[in-house]
Amino acid sequence: MITSKPARLVLEDGSTFEGYSFGAPHSVSGEVVFTTAMTGYPESLTDPSYSGQILVMTFPLVGNYGVPVKDETKWGLPLNFESDKIHVKALVVSDYAFEPQHWHNERSLGQWLNDENIPAIFGIDTREVTKIIRERGVMLGKIVVDGSEEPALFEDHNKRNLVAEVSCNEISEYGDGDLRIVMVDCGAKYNIIRCLIERGATVVRVPWDTDFSKMEYDGVMLSNGPGDPALLDVVVENIKRGIEKGKPIFGICLGNQLLARAAGATTYKMKYGHRSHNQPALECGTNSACITSQNHGYAIDPSNLGADWEPYFTNLNDDTLEGIKHKSGPFFSVQFHPEATSGPVDSENLFDKFIDEVKKSKK
Amino acid sequence: MQEKINKVLLLGSGALKIGEAGEFDYSGSQALKALKEEGIYTVLINPNIATVQTSDGIADKVYFLPVTPDFVERVIETERPDGILLAFGGQTALNCGVALYKSGVLEKYNIRVLGTPVQAIMDTEDRDLFVQKLDQIDVKTIKSEAVTNVEDAKRVANELGYPVIIRAAYTLGGLGSGFCDNDADMDTMAAKAFTYSPQILVEKSLKGWKEVEYEVVRDKYDNCLTVCNMENFDPLGIHTGESIVVAPSQTLTNKEYHKLREIAIRIIRHIGIVGECNVQYALDPESEDYRVIEVNARLSRSSALASKATGYPLAFVAAKLGLGYGLHELKNSVTRTTTACFEPALDYIVCKIPRWDLGKFKGVSRELGSSMKSVGEIMAIGRNFEEAVQKGLRMIGQGMHGFVANKDFVIDDIESELNRPTDKRIFIIAAALKQGYSVDKIHELTKIDKWFLNKLRGIIELEGDMEKYSELEQVPTALLREVKQKGFSDFQIARTVLKTDDLKMQEGINAVREWRKSRGVLPVVKQIDTLAAEYPAQTNYLYLTYNGSAHDIDFAHDDRSVIVLGSGAYRIGSSVEFDWCSVSAINSVREQGLRSIMINYNPETVSTDYDMCDRLYFDELTLERVLDIADLEAPKGVIVSVGGQIPNNLATRLADANVTILGTTAANIDRAEDRHKFSSMLDSLGIDQPRWKELSSMSEIYEFADEVGFPLLIRPSYVLSGAAMNVVSNKEELEHFLQLATNVSKQHPVVVTEFIENAKEIEIDAVAKDGEVLIYAISEHVEFAGVHSGDATLVFPAQKLYIETVRKIKKIAREIARELNISGPFNMQLLAKNNFIKVIECNLRASRSFPFVSKVLKVNFIDIATRVMLGVEPNVPAKSAFELDYVGIKASQFSFSRLQKADPVLGVEMASTGEVGCIGEDYYEAILKAMLSVGYRIPKQTVLLSTGDQKSKTQTLEAAKELQKCGYTIYATKGTSEFMAKNGVASAILSWPDQAGNGEPNVLDYIKERKIDFVVNIPKNHTKDELNNDYIIRRSAIDFNVPLCTNARLANDFIMAFCNTTEQDLRIKSWSEYK
Repeated sequence: MITSKPARLVLEDGSTFEGYSFGAPHSVSGEVVFTTAMTGYPESLTDPSYSGQILVMTFPLVGNYGVPVKDETKWGLPLNFESDKIHVKALVVSDYAFEPQHWHNERSLGQWLNDENIPAIFGIDTREVTKIIRERGVMLGKIVVDGSEEPALFEDHNKRNLVAEVSCNEISEYGDGDLRIVMVDCGAKYNIIRCLIERGATVVRVPWDTDFSKMEYDGVMLSNGPGDPALLDVVVENIKRGIEKGKPIFGICLGNQLLARAAGATTYKMKYGHRSHNQPALECGTNSACITSQNHGYAIDPSNLGADWEPYFTNLNDDTLEGIKHKSGPFFSVQFHPEATSGPVDSENLFDKFIDEVKKSKK
Repeated sequence: MQEKINKVLLLGSGALKIGEAGEFDYSGSQALKALKEEGIYTVLINPNIATVQTSDGIADKVYFLPVTPDFVERVIETERPDGILLAFGGQTALNCGVALYKSGVLEKYNIRVLGTPVQAIMDTEDRDLFVQKLDQIDVKTIKSEAVTNVEDAKRVANELGYPVIIRAAYTLGGLGSGFCDNDADMDTMAAKAFTYSPQILVEKSLKGWKEVEYEVVRDKYDNCLTVCNMENFDPLGIHTGESIVVAPSQTLTNKEYHKLREIAIRIIRHIGIVGECNVQYALDPESEDYRVIEVNARLSRSSALASKATGYPLAFVAAKLGLGYGLHELKNSVTRTTTACFEPALDYIVCKIPRWDLGKFKGVSRELGSSMKSVGEIMAIGRNFEEAVQKGLRMIGQGMHGFVANKDFVIDDIESELNRPTDKRIFIIAAALKQGYSVDKIHELTKIDKWFLNKLRGIIELEGDMEKYSELEQVPTALLREVKQKGFSDFQIARTVLKTDDLKMQEGINAVREWRKSRGVLPVVKQIDTLAAEYPAQTNYLYLTYNGSAHDIDFAHDDRSVIVLGSGAYRIGSSVEFDWCSVSAINSVREQGLRSIMINYNPETVSTDYDMCDRLYFDELTLERVLDIADLEAPKGVIVSVGGQIPNNLATRLADANVTILGTTAANIDRAEDRHKFSSMLDSLGIDQPRWKELSSMSEIYEFADEVGFPLLIRPSYVLSGAAMNVVSNKEELEHFLQLATNVSKQHPVVVTEFIENAKEIEIDAVAKDGEVLIYAISEHVEFAGVHSGDATLVFPAQKLYIETVRKIKKIAREIARELNISGPFNMQLLAKNNFIKVIECNLRASRSFPFVSKVLKVNFIDIATRVMLGVEPNVPAKSAFELDYVGIKASQFSFSRLQKADPVLGVEMASTGEVGCIGEDYYEAILKAMLSVGYRIPKQTVLLSTGDQKSKTQTLEAAKELQKCGYTIYATKGTSEFMAKNGVASAILSWPDQAGNGEPNVLDYIKERKIDFVVNIPKNHTKDELNNDYIIRRSAIDFNVPLCTNARLANDFIMAFCNTTEQDLRIKSWSEYK
């Protein structure tokens, strides 16, 4: 019999869903978004791009394999997570597994959420929540756990510069490869660093507003991150200088939006974004498509894209732009996540392409 | 697109058999649909006449011929197709295609193999090539090495890593095989093995590893995706067809999931498949280590399951890819706006559970292992594992109500049963949990992942929570809701809370339902949409769940909805034929402009394709669920007469709940179903029936036996073990059977019926309207009564009946139709002896033979029946079976080779798993085509006759003479040989199996050495539990793949047919050419 504390999800439009708490027993508000991914909650919850968001999982069974061992590291990075902490504001699921089972399991999902003080709720018809968001667009919401104080307002975290909150504070280096890649950390997932190191790079992780163009490097990685790219003109100006410098630039997700803004395009907020492991991206002008992992709520409006730039990938489901590339220079970016974790690894070869460009430009 | 393809040949899979069942009707139908959309002319070869794919309007041309290289070549010669599809008809089609490629036939006729190239198929089929191929891309496979001494065995074991399994080469039955955990084990085990064989194979043991499958798709542009992955509940060691399976995987982390996914894509690219394949893995439960078990380069049972589990039409897409499309050029057929180049996101879990029918076979082992024995499967959809698995356990239809609250059954030794799984495994786990076994202990014995076991334990705990109450009013609504969310049925609640007595169960269930509704605990309807609600779905692929707060769909309540109840799991006795009936009914409903609603849960069917009907409820066919749906849909009515016995059994209770039954009333259905009511009705109509009585003591049984004489048909109402029905020829057999099989008591009476020997069995399939017969088809069995009608060989139109017999049968049918005021389909079985007709049974529903007679006569009986039930004018063609210039034969397919040790003999219990229907211009042509279609071969040189008792010997004498005339070498057992010698047929005597070593040639050696091409062995009587010579002959024939016939009349006719007709005489004529 369920003995958990009752809790509810309240959406901005008034819809209320009753469930039970399985995380930290306090209430929060944030932007409610859904993901249709079926695996990878430890990776997703630690993805800084989810900062400020209440994450709804459409896949109903969550927590089955618990949470992997925390202390395993490689190259100074935790091996099993995408950052050092949980970034979602709260988690909403349908069926929570109280008794996880896996050889690599250290604690239950509920325990982990509690340890990190993140509320979570189960017993929710997450499909219905998703349909509401699909029809009316993303909206704000609250998780209210019985016995805790309900937040008075629906807080829109996107109005803040979330990137500044999740980026690193100082420069650090990872790996010992020959190629020096500056990674502008807008809330980077660690697997971007891992993917670069594996290909012979030393990754220099710099805070989001660093003017990297003044540094010595062989290539630039513009990371993913949370929130509205329109708030990040500082980064856009840095990128423009970087483009002038001519060294290869590779952008992922938010990095893609920032590169596009540097290329003259604007960005807009999507109705409900792409958050899933099954987004099809077609490379423009080819018959080559790949299944990608995605997590974004903003997209590029290509109408003002500079004449030197062209679309790189488009989404086969809704024709949105999934990447841009420079017609002559070694600058390109994608809206999806070639570093995956979580999700399919089909587009990881984009890192090879980037490293090839870096090597070429180094010669 | 490549150069234009105009005409394509598709190979079907033939009769349903264990390991190759209804899933290929589904995949073939989808492929044909995909081709048709392209304007391609399609030709189908498939002798399985009960399938949907062989129906009007699916393929342009259908050949009811064996899917063998010879016949296919002759069809190719006639049809001259440009392309051929090999991947949609299971292993049968694949093997046939490879043979045609190797023999150069495809090249000779310039036929392009669409989709996966044959070389790629061969690379996956040949074990050595396969291992080499995967080695090239650093993918791990299961390897074994042959060694000849203990030291080498240890070296190999250490290289592979313990535990290992060793197998002695050249031995049968696993002699000298076993597991070794370390060098010490190896010393003993290997030494022992070398006493059996000079060589042993050392292989890494993956016992207890997880088994995981991926369904992978690739187009010609090298775009790949995995449509679905699936995880077996049972760990490695149990065939995936025998395992409970969930999709998507539940215990895999992102890393494991995507590691295996990436490998699957690497494999499909390297092998070069265009279309679909399936990759099976073993995954270490303690690390990320894995092995590839096998790759199937064709549509499979798993791919059908994956299609149903996700809503992604794999077979349809695979066919399009075969024509040269890219994935990105195809649309998602559910959303119709997004692309087919994506991977479905599920927001539910499905659970597949196999359906076994081992109780139907004598002598078969119930243990599960690496070979498949199940005859069907179900798929249950839920939003948690408990909901899905409990639904599923009800769906398999073996009298279980879920994981708990089932009737008790005897378990000899719980630990050994856990360790050596049988078809009862899941219920043994329930019993163990209930007895207090810990999850750890059960895991140790079963190696089932503790995640599953913990969930199952949770169900037991909930049962305990409920048992604390004795009145519904006491149960908190939250608990009630929770148990419903975890898949408890109203029945389970009635049993756990109300402790309802079985006899009053319906009252208990009704009380639970009322109370539940009053508390607002109701299920919601959810859609399967491939994208987890990210995009709106345009189709209505639906299921019900208690884990939700809102419906995905609206209900019009416009009196235009008609619900058709499907057939449930395929099982012995109810199979693809009822799917054909269901699909036909759905089509007729749609044609009337009505909203067609299908309820069924069998993933191997066409009726569960979401584009076949307006709304598909992929859900239970229990009274509770059908009422849930009826409450929501408020239908015009429900059709219960096209899905076989499961819907038929619901008729009365649905009517009691005020649901409108379309067609014949529930009360009249009951009058036909209830033995007593039906019998007195026949008496009042003056229609004869075999004498029978329901008896509850041995003395009554003896008395009845004295009255009517032996043999008798015995039908116990409570079965301890073995078959439920049997024929006994004398008092000893009667006592033996009743002691062995049953308790006779007031609670458990036995129905005893006189058994009429040497009687013809006749079937009539018909449709009536308001009690008037509109159309009928009379078929006769080749075998005499005593062989179950589902196993018998059927001839339509009947060729050898007296006109008087036919007239009498018609009259009886009319009288019964009138008396029961039948509106819809019905079927009757009758006995005829010397023009005396007795009615055996009558079903007021479609029967197994409806598709057969409909297709032979070319009149769709179900369409007529459905129109009658809908109250529209049926268009009944004025067509009579007497006018047909051809004859149809329906022959049965047996799967004894899969059922080790089972006695391949026919009796009153049905044993066949499938059937074919072939057409010929005369009886011999038709029977030969049909027999060849179910795996018989025309013997080249030698035939063994062992023809049982005097009567059988006489019945087969004509055939023996014919064999002699045709120059066959006849071998015979002693008695048969002597009998034939007296009658002028020469034969060589082979001694009985137990006389081996007496110097004479032994029958067993001849079978093993394949010196015999065809075995006829007629059992001497119907009952004797013979672990004897006859059994050994029959079983050896099966095990050594020698065609076997055990019925005198069928053997006689088959022999007469092949002696008078050669394979070349069999005409290659399509269905439409028989006019």
